[in-house]
Amino acid sequence: MTTLQNTAGGAPAAPSRSLWALGWQRLKRDRVGFVSLWVVLAFMALALASWLGLIGRGWNDEIAVSYAPPTSLFQAQKAAAVAHPRKPAAEPAAEGLLPSEDPIWAETQKARQNRGQYVLPEAKKAESLTFGADQRGRDILDKVIKGTSTSLFVGFFGSMLAIVIGTALGACAGFFGRKTDDFLMWFYSVFTAMPDMLLLLAFAAVAGRGLGTVILVLSLTTWTGVFRLVRAEFIKLRSREFVQAADAIGASSARRMFVHILPNISHLLLVQFSLLMVGLIKYEVILSFLGFGVDVRQVSWGSMLAEVPEELMQGYWWQLAMVVVFMSLLVTAFSMLTDALRDALDPKVK
Amino acid sequence: MFAYIVRRLWQMIPTMLGVMLLVFVLFNWVGGDPTYILEGKRLTPEMIANFRAQMGLDKSLPEQFFLFVKQVLSYDFGNSWATQHSVAHTLATRVGPSLMLAGGLLVLELFTALPIAVAVAYFRGGLTDRMVTLICTVAMSVSSLVYIIVGQYQLAFAWDLFPVMGWDDDSVAANLLLYLPLPLLLGLLVSLAPSVRFYRSFVVEELNHDYVRTARAKGLSEPAVLFKHVLRNALIPVVTNVTMSLPFLMLGSMLLERFFGIPGMGNELLNAVDKSDFPVIKAITITIAAAAMVFNLLADILYKWIDPRVQLK
Repeated sequence: MTTLQNTAGGAPAAPSRSLWALGWQRLKRDRVGFVSLWVVLAFMALALASWLGLIGRGWNDEIAVSYAPPTSLFQAQKAAAVAHPRKPAAEPAAEGLLPSEDPIWAETQKARQNRGQYVLPEAKKAESLTFGADQRGRDILDKVIKGTSTSLFVGFFGSMLAIVIGTALGACAGFFGRKTDDFLMWFYSVFTAMPDMLLLLAFAAVAGRGLGTVILVLSLTTWTGVFRLVRAEFIKLRSREFVQAADAIGASSARRMFVHILPNISHLLLVQFSLLMVGLIKYEVILSFLGFGVDVRQVSWGSMLAEVPEELMQGYWWQLAMVVVFMSLLVTAFSMLTDALRDALDPKVK
Repeated sequence: MFAYIVRRLWQMIPTMLGVMLLVFVLFNWVGGDPTYILEGKRLTPEMIANFRAQMGLDKSLPEQFFLFVKQVLSYDFGNSWATQHSVAHTLATRVGPSLMLAGGLLVLELFTALPIAVAVAYFRGGLTDRMVTLICTVAMSVSSLVYIIVGQYQLAFAWDLFPVMGWDDDSVAANLLLYLPLPLLLGLLVSLAPSVRFYRSFVVEELNHDYVRTARAKGLSEPAVLFKHVLRNALIPVVTNVTMSLPFLMLGSMLLERFFGIPGMGNELLNAVDKSDFPVIKAITITIAAAAMVFNLLADILYKWIDPRVQLK
């Protein structure tokens, strides 16, 4: 990466620049791709900060009134929230008892008149919630930040695992060929015979819930794309001169596979990884929404969305809005970064 | 051609056996012992023995697998653990609604996404193309859940344009006119962006071929080139893609079925997973996998039939 500085500016290629250096240069020149990269990095920083407990720690604390509206956006609604922190309770004295019979009539009247002047501590707290609260009075901003970290966590480790499984099997199938290849191709065809969502639900049915299982289940259903790609590349590369040369000087199979061939396809794996991340983030949202994803001690965008249909019926739209904004920003940026990466790392593009 | 089909059919057997093995391993080994799932934890030893004999759990694993294969071949998955109804019979009643939704979606999507894709491909590289591609990317990044939640709330609940949910088992007309329009509309909304992007790439690729230049050189108008020549050729992958996506669509519309109370396969699967109703999950998994394989073969045959240049291996 240090060689970049002196060659920046798109000058005619210096002879020794690696694919990665070239790719980085092309990515920098691609404005959309570069901006996307920064957005994705910002999200990752956010997730990391939340994971370390710097922000979003109190997502599960009841700190405001139920469904406190977003304060920064609608000042008028804020005033309303403070004045009526709770639904006005039924007033028992008005019915049944007459003023003459009710011993505390005078007190009740006084309390009723004064009510508007008191600001309950929880209502006061609601003023500071930028994006409102959910049914249990939890800060939606904190929740959505925590959800971001869950999504990225699942996406990152799920994709990692899928890449590892897919690469290991694909490398074996492509490198050894024959019986190994036949067997692994059969294995692959079994997994691809079923639609992803079906396989996911079948796994989810037997595996139970929780973050670990979600990651495992997602990677077990999505390794097939990586397998196909890696296998094809290994078949292409295994008979190249540099691999034969390695064979001639006595390199073992493992060495030829992972030291000589693998680095040549690492750029493809990076693109696959970023493609998988987008897919897994979307899958996780649906799984969690359906209740087969993260368990109740965790929050994710999917479990937040699961609360939305009921809220909408009552006119509380802010939880939905926050999830949509965060999720579409991340996924859009990731998709565009993937496209940019694919272009930048394609050695055929000059 | 005939030899090819026969060979493909033979190849399907090991895959299908693999699918059965995977399902068997998942539900008979990873999934835990059904004795405890079904009968609770406080059981006398003889009750357990009785139950295990009844379920065939006292046999060895290979024997159990053999029994399972026999079950699949006769399409008899026993009774649902949740409802005690016959699984095969329940599923037979679920196929209709699923097909109505999935088939409708497919037709709608073709008739909207393809023209848009062709038009966008015509302006490729231009501002229109870039804008549409950008809009598609953004639209795809919003979870399909959001379209359905917001659509159902706004169009059915708030504006009262459609019934919020429902299904009429006896009247096809009521379903088509009353209950299906909103799910179809929302399903179209969800699938439009990815479809447009997908078809666009095909059409753009097709536009680079020599015959396009020839057609233009002959003095054909641009719409004639696009719709007569390019579309016909781009249709080949589109048609096969459509054939192949049908079983996947049936599950893809799972969320729609759940939201709108349509009693299809997807809804059934979700309920079954919810209740750990293993016989139903097994049956749906096997059925969809088999359907996917058959459609896959059909797609390849169709591909060859439309485009003689295609080499079948």
